[in-house]
Amino acid sequence: MTDAQKPAKRPRRWSGALGRSSEIRIFAVALILCVYFETVNHDFLLTGASLQNLSQFIAPVAIIAFGEIMLMIGGEIDLSAGMVFAFAPFIMYFAIEAGLPPWLGMLAGVVAAGIVGLINGAVTVYLRIPSFVTTLGTLFFVNGLTLTISRGTPVSPPENSAFAAFMGGWGYSEIIWTLALAAFMHVLLRHTRWGLHTIASGANPLGASEAGIQVRRLKLGNFILAALLAGLTGILEGFRITSIDPQAGGNQIMFLAVAAAVIGGTPLAGGSGTIIGGLIGAAVLGILNDGFTLIGINAFTFNMILGAAILGAMIFNIHVVRLARKGNL
Amino acid sequence: MSDVLEALRGEDIVKRFGAVTALDGVSLTLKQGEILGVLGDNGAGKSTLIKILTGFHQQTSGKLFVGGEETMLRSVDHARSLGIECVYQDLALANSLSIYHNMFLNREIIRRGPFRLLDNRAMRERAAECLEEIGVHVPSVDLPVEQLSGGQRQAIAVARAVNSNAKILLLDEPLAAMGAREAGLIIDLILRLKAKGGLSIVMIMHNYAQTLDIADRVMLMQRGRVTYQREAASTSVEELMEIVRREYRAMRAPSH
Repeated sequence: MTDAQKPAKRPRRWSGALGRSSEIRIFAVALILCVYFETVNHDFLLTGASLQNLSQFIAPVAIIAFGEIMLMIGGEIDLSAGMVFAFAPFIMYFAIEAGLPPWLGMLAGVVAAGIVGLINGAVTVYLRIPSFVTTLGTLFFVNGLTLTISRGTPVSPPENSAFAAFMGGWGYSEIIWTLALAAFMHVLLRHTRWGLHTIASGANPLGASEAGIQVRRLKLGNFILAALLAGLTGILEGFRITSIDPQAGGNQIMFLAVAAAVIGGTPLAGGSGTIIGGLIGAAVLGILNDGFTLIGINAFTFNMILGAAILGAMIFNIHVVRLARKGNL
Repeated sequence: MSDVLEALRGEDIVKRFGAVTALDGVSLTLKQGEILGVLGDNGAGKSTLIKILTGFHQQTSGKLFVGGEETMLRSVDHARSLGIECVYQDLALANSLSIYHNMFLNREIIRRGPFRLLDNRAMRERAAECLEEIGVHVPSVDLPVEQLSGGQRQAIAVARAVNSNAKILLLDEPLAAMGAREAGLIIDLILRLKAKGGLSIVMIMHNYAQTLDIADRVMLMQRGRVTYQREAASTSVEELMEIVRREYRAMRAPSH
């Protein structure tokens, strides 16, 4: 073995691990925040009510983030997710009103969300419109559609059934959905060809297609997946708050999900990403939100802190991690 | 062609992209076990030729024979199924993925069972074995390829192609943008692969001297045509340069 076959610069162990495991980094941040808020306000974590509250903030952000992460790995984004979130439960509502059993109605809502995803994907992939523009268009379109079919008024989902409890009515059911979906999405991303090829086509689109990977089919699938998850989240939230509101979700939840993905270590530029990181990223947002609320800092300040956190995470991801990987730190 | 079998043959291959004729009747033969060096300037049609041989593009007209049988290469997968593998200039490596994932990209080993999960352990072991076998040394197959040097990345890309039981290996500028020492390692690797037998290699090259060093035969392409073919031993850098120079003079003459 000659010199040139060794790595150009030998990466140091700790910096390599730091560079690779964004999950560990963001988990440390989450822990520090928990300790801080717990010291400042003892009701933060150790009461059932606040824990449930926290889990209910995290769940919708995380599930939408999982879909965004799959897209962001491929260098795409879905801005319409928050509007699909509001749209899907109405389709479910109308389907149930029309006489379908609740589970079939739910399926109809999720399928409707998937169709929006299919449109997002097909326009982006086959008509070569940047996804930022495509989904900006469907954002407004779907929002208008939801407001039109609902006439702008909230409705109630079917209540008092085991189905409703399962779908989000019970306090912790949404976080259980979140954890199950996190496990599923993590396996999909890290342990299947679909996930591996998604990463490969994000890191080197031309190279991936030269290797025979169907890059466009993957992207299309990930747009559908992201929309399905957004629609499902809207339905879960509808059951939880026992109201289906055409103004629910929206851009706020979509941007929180993107923020969770970014803070968790998925760069917008594509090529890499982590589901677990996104889950913890959503948890960090939830902890910040709950923590500051409990110690009496208002929502305006929270947004400032959120903004700073996103910028900090991005600067860290792009510059510090790159340096760490090169072993220059 | 009587005693040595041909691995690949092209007859009068034409490729047009709209009004542009990238290949204007190219014929070539790759004998089994030989290294054919393809030289030529940018725009001479070398990359187009490679992309037809890999099934990435299809020729507008002309015939291709793989192992003596006439074949229209419909797709990259089809060419691969016939044992044709290509290492592109961009190497088709995914930087954020590990060496072993890259070596099995789109040919992953799948665990048995209904969920079709990746068998990372098997891929890791096989990747390490394969690299060992062809004499490519890396600290660990778990490293993401972005941590490797240019020469190592090229070696990984070549190893990946060989790992899939390639019979015909196409290399697009394997020594591009490489220092002398790194280039030397890749040249050694190519010669080792040739010595192992069973592999015929087409190399697209820029550097005449390197090409004459490695290749058994050289072929010069100019403006979509093959203008010169010779055994490497019976030609020289000077001769090749002279042909190219003559071409330039001919092209410039009308404007003077």
